[in-house]
Amino acid sequence: MRTEAQIRDLLEQVKDPEIPVISLRELGVLREVNVDGDAVEVIITPTYSGCPAMDVMQEDVEKALRDAGIEDFRVKQVLSPAWSTDWITESGRKKLLDYGIAPPPHTSDIRALKGGVPVTACPQCGSTDTTLVSQFGSTPCKALYKCNTCQEPFDLFKCL
Amino acid sequence: MMTHEETLFRFALRMGDNSLVLGHRLSEWCGHGPQLEEDIAQANIALDLIGQARNYLTYAGEVEGKGRTEDDLAYLRTERQYLNVLLTELPKGDYAYTIARSFLFDAFHLLLQQALTTSTDERLKAIAEKAVKEVTYHLRHSSEWLIRFGDGTEESHQRAQDAVDDLWRYTGELFVADEAEQLLAKAGVIPELANLKKEWSATVDRVLNEATLKRPADGWMASGGKKGVHTEHIGPMLAEMQTLQRTYPGVEW
Repeated sequence: MRTEAQIRDLLEQVKDPEIPVISLRELGVLREVNVDGDAVEVIITPTYSGCPAMDVMQEDVEKALRDAGIEDFRVKQVLSPAWSTDWITESGRKKLLDYGIAPPPHTSDIRALKGGVPVTACPQCGSTDTTLVSQFGSTPCKALYKCNTCQEPFDLFKCL
Repeated sequence: MMTHEETLFRFALRMGDNSLVLGHRLSEWCGHGPQLEEDIAQANIALDLIGQARNYLTYAGEVEGKGRTEDDLAYLRTERQYLNVLLTELPKGDYAYTIARSFLFDAFHLLLQQALTTSTDERLKAIAEKAVKEVTYHLRHSSEWLIRFGDGTEESHQRAQDAVDDLWRYTGELFVADEAEQLLAKAGVIPELANLKKEWSATVDRVLNEATLKRPADGWMASGGKKGVHTEHIGPMLAEMQTLQRTYPGVEW
């Protein structure tokens, strides 16, 4: 039998399949770990309704549990409360930035969600002279930007 | 009179069908977009819509209680069993047509999803809480492009105006509740659809105005999709969408 903390430690190895530097916990996708005797229940929530990475994440969680010798487990996807980019942890935001993806603005910055374009710094050179190329990028959760200083294109994790 | 489960089944099915059918139409741009960014944008929006459809169709199957899955409902119903509004099934046309259709639908879809975030039905509420954020981006995207076309060149203006004029007759159906929707509205589960019209009109006026496009006069409105009576366009679309399951029943990969 293992404790909730041990299971959480174990699941730290499960990363976002699209952004393999950030764990599901840091992404805010891992919602709950419930341990009842030998039974383990893990609750995850999708970032976007149609996020194709969700099924892979679920399989990766199941594999991590199975590899650790846990047999009695259940991984459940829930929709509510709806995932928000505000749930990405500080360490997660730092890792995104190091990986070359600008972390999302906070939803409290209403401009980001409701129309205006928030100031976004280039993850490569730090310049804030950047231009939104498209609200829709390489995955549902990203927007496409370009930096006018270093001329590099980059992804912004979209505010949701 | 319909039972509560029957009304809920029908409504969840309609919500799923609207998203699935429009999602499929948008996915037809994949690899054919007028520019790379738009190709990607439409694929992303289609993905959001198909994700929402999965949530609704899964729920519909559960409410119905006959063991039908999201895939059964998507791939094994014929056109008369689809309950989407006609607006969503029209062919994609040129890019102005696609944008104008998306705009007219997105403006409605956002209001409906916003209202559903306070639904007394926990599941509809949960699905809406996710969808509302996605649809906010969809409306923003379609509004910006409609403005760009309307206030663009002479040709883009004309094409956008033609599209809005042609599509207008399909907007009436959005706000006319069928029996299931009337009962659900009475029970406080969903909003009165007719009450969404005023705000929808305001959004449409604001964007058309900025796009220097004329709002068409309300005239005869096409309807029927909500009860399964469709345009000639949905049949070929479903034939393509369902071809794999029809050819190899039960196939998985």
